[in-house]
Amino acid sequence: MSILDSKIPEGHISKKWTDYKDHLRLVAPNNRPKIDIIVVGTGLAGASAAASLGEMGYNVKAFCFQDSPRRAHSIAAQGGINAAKNYQNDGDSIYRLFYDTIKGGDYRAREANVHRLAEVSGNIIDQCVAQGVPFAREYGGLLDNRSFGGTQVQRTFYAAGQTGQQLLLGAYSAISRQIGLGNVQMYNRHEMLDLVKVDGKARGIIARNLITGEIERHSAHAVILCTGGYGNVYFLSTNAMGSNVTAAWKAHKRGAYFANPCYVQIHPTCIPVHGTNQSKLTLMSESLRNSGRIWVPKKKEDAEAIRAGKLKPTQIAEEDRDYYLERRYPAFGNLVPRDVASRAAKERCDAGFGIEANDTMEGVYLDFSSEIQAKGKQTAYASGNHNPSEEEIIQLGKKWVEEKYGNLFQMYEKITDENPYETPMKIYPAVHYTMGGVWVDYNLQSTIPGCFVAGEANFSDHGANRLGASALMQGLADGYFVLPYTVSDYLAGDIRTGKISTDSPEFEEAENNVRDMISKFLNNNGSKSVDHFHKRLGHIMWNKVGMGRNAQGLTEAISEIAALREEFYKEVYVPGDANELNPELEKALRVADFMELGQLMARDALQRNESCGGHFREEYQDAEGETLRDDENFNFVGAWEYKGMDINQSELHKEVLNYEYIKIAARNYK
Amino acid sequence: MSKSGIFTSSLAKKYWMALTGLFLITFLVGHLLGNLQLITKTGEEGRRAFNEYAYFMGHNIFIKILAYLTYFSILAHACIGLYLAVQNKKARPKNYAYNKPGTNSSAASRYMAILGTILLIFIVTHMANFWWKQKITETVPLHYVENTTDMQIGQDPMTGAPVTRKITLQSALTTNGNYLEVAAKDVESGQSQELVKIKDTKLIDMNTNLHKAEGVRDLHTVVMNFFGHSEQGQPANEYALIAVILYVVSMFVLMFHLWHGFGSAFQSLGLNHRKYNGLIRFVGQAFAIVVPLAFAIIPVMIYLNR
Amino acid sequence: MASKTININLKIWRQKNANSKGSMETYKLDNVSTDSSFLEMLDQLNEQLVNERKEPIAFDHDCREGICGMCSLYINGEAHGPDRAVTTCQLHMRKFKDGETIYVEPWRAKAFPVIKDLVVDRSAFDRIQQAGGFVSVNTSGRTMDANAIPIGKAEADKAFEAATCIGCGACVASCKNASAMLFVSAKVSQLALLPQGQVEAQQRVLNMVKQMDEEGFGNCTNTGACAVECPKEISLENIARMNREYLKAMVAAE
Repeated sequence: MSILDSKIPEGHISKKWTDYKDHLRLVAPNNRPKIDIIVVGTGLAGASAAASLGEMGYNVKAFCFQDSPRRAHSIAAQGGINAAKNYQNDGDSIYRLFYDTIKGGDYRAREANVHRLAEVSGNIIDQCVAQGVPFAREYGGLLDNRSFGGTQVQRTFYAAGQTGQQLLLGAYSAISRQIGLGNVQMYNRHEMLDLVKVDGKARGIIARNLITGEIERHSAHAVILCTGGYGNVYFLSTNAMGSNVTAAWKAHKRGAYFANPCYVQIHPTCIPVHGTNQSKLTLMSESLRNSGRIWVPKKKEDAEAIRAGKLKPTQIAEEDRDYYLERRYPAFGNLVPRDVASRAAKERCDAGFGIEANDTMEGVYLDFSSEIQAKGKQTAYASGNHNPSEEEIIQLGKKWVEEKYGNLFQMYEKITDENPYETPMKIYPAVHYTMGGVWVDYNLQSTIPGCFVAGEANFSDHGANRLGASALMQGLADGYFVLPYTVSDYLAGDIRTGKISTDSPEFEEAENNVRDMISKFLNNNGSKSVDHFHKRLGHIMWNKVGMGRNAQGLTEAISEIAALREEFYKEVYVPGDANELNPELEKALRVADFMELGQLMARDALQRNESCGGHFREEYQDAEGETLRDDENFNFVGAWEYKGMDINQSELHKEVLNYEYIKIAARNYK
Repeated sequence: MSKSGIFTSSLAKKYWMALTGLFLITFLVGHLLGNLQLITKTGEEGRRAFNEYAYFMGHNIFIKILAYLTYFSILAHACIGLYLAVQNKKARPKNYAYNKPGTNSSAASRYMAILGTILLIFIVTHMANFWWKQKITETVPLHYVENTTDMQIGQDPMTGAPVTRKITLQSALTTNGNYLEVAAKDVESGQSQELVKIKDTKLIDMNTNLHKAEGVRDLHTVVMNFFGHSEQGQPANEYALIAVILYVVSMFVLMFHLWHGFGSAFQSLGLNHRKYNGLIRFVGQAFAIVVPLAFAIIPVMIYLNR
Repeated sequence: MASKTININLKIWRQKNANSKGSMETYKLDNVSTDSSFLEMLDQLNEQLVNERKEPIAFDHDCREGICGMCSLYINGEAHGPDRAVTTCQLHMRKFKDGETIYVEPWRAKAFPVIKDLVVDRSAFDRIQQAGGFVSVNTSGRTMDANAIPIGKAEADKAFEAATCIGCGACVASCKNASAMLFVSAKVSQLALLPQGQVEAQQRVLNMVKQMDEEGFGNCTNTGACAVECPKEISLENIARMNREYLKAMVAAE
């Protein structure tokens, strides 16, 4: 336990970061060009870190597996970014953002980190506006805000439903500028396949040029991983197809602890799975829950008839519908937090009330007809028509809905070929965000000196459940406003080191490892595709390490994945050559790491004998099916140390969370 | 940016295309108004009006400047246009095996270079037929009118009765708007006498060698001959029908070229505004139809009225 | 939704690497769900090829929700296929008929050389951005308060519309001249419309256009194909705005 030194500075929480920053060591401008930094990943955290460090004068090498740094999956975030600006004068403050984030995370996040995040949140907005990010504005020309994720203040800045895109393009413009100036060297279509440690410090990476297949050695004085989350371990998720855990996992295998892998956020409003060839799940913005009512049929036979195509949802009478969120949570109704809404949907579908006509039966309705009625009537009255006909009401109501959600409705119709103005949307929860990740201290440094981890890739600031509009905030905060200070402090000790040689035995060994792995896959005369195994892994993960977990399922999952892993190495067939663009090989290398991670997630879920946030253990719920936290025994971050191929040997270390400024309480949304 | 960016950058080339294009559009209006005199006025009045107009166009200093601008515009528009077309071709060395451009753009917009090349060929032949003769080889005869009258050439010494002969007087239209008698011809004897020396268009007094006046060339007759009339003793062009057809076809080509070109010039110059885009489109397309149509009607009517 | 399956024929461009010649190859694929996206159909074909121990088809893709701009594909003669305002990953197989023959080709442009099969190199776009697609502001976060300069909603909305460009390259692919004007103008417009971007507007447009020309893209002939095929419906107004900006800069810049 003593190994996990979180390095939280002394002092009052509101002063910690300022005081700490004032005493960090610096690297003088003339020394910075002598120092190399590797940044892997170019999402919000990576692009902003690379741009900031490049601008400071360090020699930065940035890597991404996509064809351009602009394509990282941060781009897909829809809703918005939180910042404690209090522009709307509704009583927001740094403390409230800090408090909401801790509470939303179900009291499993580190206070000092979260407070720092809240402190710098305002600067993010200033920075982005200065870069030309076109946030939504009011008619008076000032920035607009909306409320999000069930908070009581309007602190979310947004750019229509494409906030992530606009922020990433802002960070991309900053990194592009540094690339143009020669401060950042960009390596597109490169995948990091190992971390190189020299004398215990992170000193470089092995990367594969995805076009030529060349295995390259890159050395640096520090390595920063900003490689996103690991939701794709479930095969189906809202992540991009290429999102993977490999970079983080390689660091883990080299000695970086992996924290809280079992904390996975399942987003309640996604379009359900339609068939076996489906490759990904599409998120429908959470904002829809402001206007839609979620229900399933009350009678099982109605649900069966719907699945068989004999009944339409519009034919189910009002009294035969079960608005289960309104029933269970009268106070918050359809607006309960993400984890609560997701579990409730699963509970109904498991009980046989799901309405999706596929083998999973997983789907519930999100119905806008009540809102169309209500808003139609309101609009009619507002325009002086106090006796509107039914048709007029519906027409006006649809118009209102279209103005507010038009683009989302259109997107839904494109995907499903159903008109959500006429028939309720079908939705179901899907894997969305992973709160767990590489363990880092207050400096965002992992247990490997010189290896920093930022953004979704670290175990971060979100505890056991992330609030909406907080991920973008964390990514940019880490990259723009934290790493430049803490990395400089680390590098202050390296100004005399000189260039790190790539000829050392450590690089040799790491490169050989990678080459061995590649040739092993290419020469493995198996019979099944990589996707075949990835889908089977996803199946185990979703069913046993998904929304509801129990000791038996988790134990089974651990051994099932172990067996699958063995079969994978024996039976997988990877076509093509090493020295060319070979997507199948890329997938194989990623899935290999997902297999190990999947096992660790199950082990982590198994050791955490409580329910909190995104981690729901069926054994630990109250009489009404709500999460039951155990603050006495599980008030810690579970950080795993890799101990070899057999994940069962991985060792758990605990970082106890001390809450000095926030009183721990039970979350209640009734 | 290098100073030569005005000529080398892709956008600057587009400005040149737009500016020269718009200038040529205004030129078309002037040209059309002149041409219309071929059918709006008839007889000597029409001939005289057209030839005087042609003279004016060739000699007014402002018009001359405009003419040079026009030559420049045609050349620049054609050269830059062709250069761009070649560059554009190079920008896609390998074509699609299967392409459906009709779903996203108009044919006129896609074939501007080909349309423009056809127009360039038309302009070259057009100029060879008329402008070249008028301006360069100067083989267009002067505008003459002939008048045969019984003219008293003296008195019969015996009877004292006046002696008249049928004399044909040839007068040239001069630039100051008068007719100057340049030759007389005895119809019976065939004897003729020059009254004025003619050198090119200069009318020179026989005796004093003084430059009396400037003659106006008869382009009208060249045009009429070209499109099937035998006038002023000149034979009709035996290929007049083909000439008319090719002319009309060329005007169709012009129509398509303008259909896209008019609005495109505004877009290239950045003149795009939601409020006025409709107007630009309407005016452009109306122009593209009306002007070439009016041009095309003229030779057709001349041919039909031969 | 009436979910059904169709059988299709595919003619797909195969090219081993940048230096090899390449050709259109024919494939047959049965039992394609009409609910599948186009890329899921290709996944299915690749699974079939892998099972036949043949090399699967390489194509670019990532987010599969129409925002990353990684997917490309010229399908049946159109960039991102026959549907409007979608990327290839948002195109669904219900847009195709049973028994139909579907042509799939990479983006074709000198500036976008083919890397393998359907994968092309679009780094030219990155280099254009690096030439000036930014506001030269440091990342200290200590510039000025975000609300210090009010920006009219209309202008801000226009800037946002231009900024929604995903850099997929459909504009280049569908332009008969392989011109990148819509892409470049979207970035120029976004920053020219905002006071933060106006400071270096002249130099920006000159530099970005210069880079665009150097990359070997064709010239704009205003056919408008780009805006029709653009999955994000970026308007031609942006090209006009860039033309204005460039004209201003060309005349005025020192």
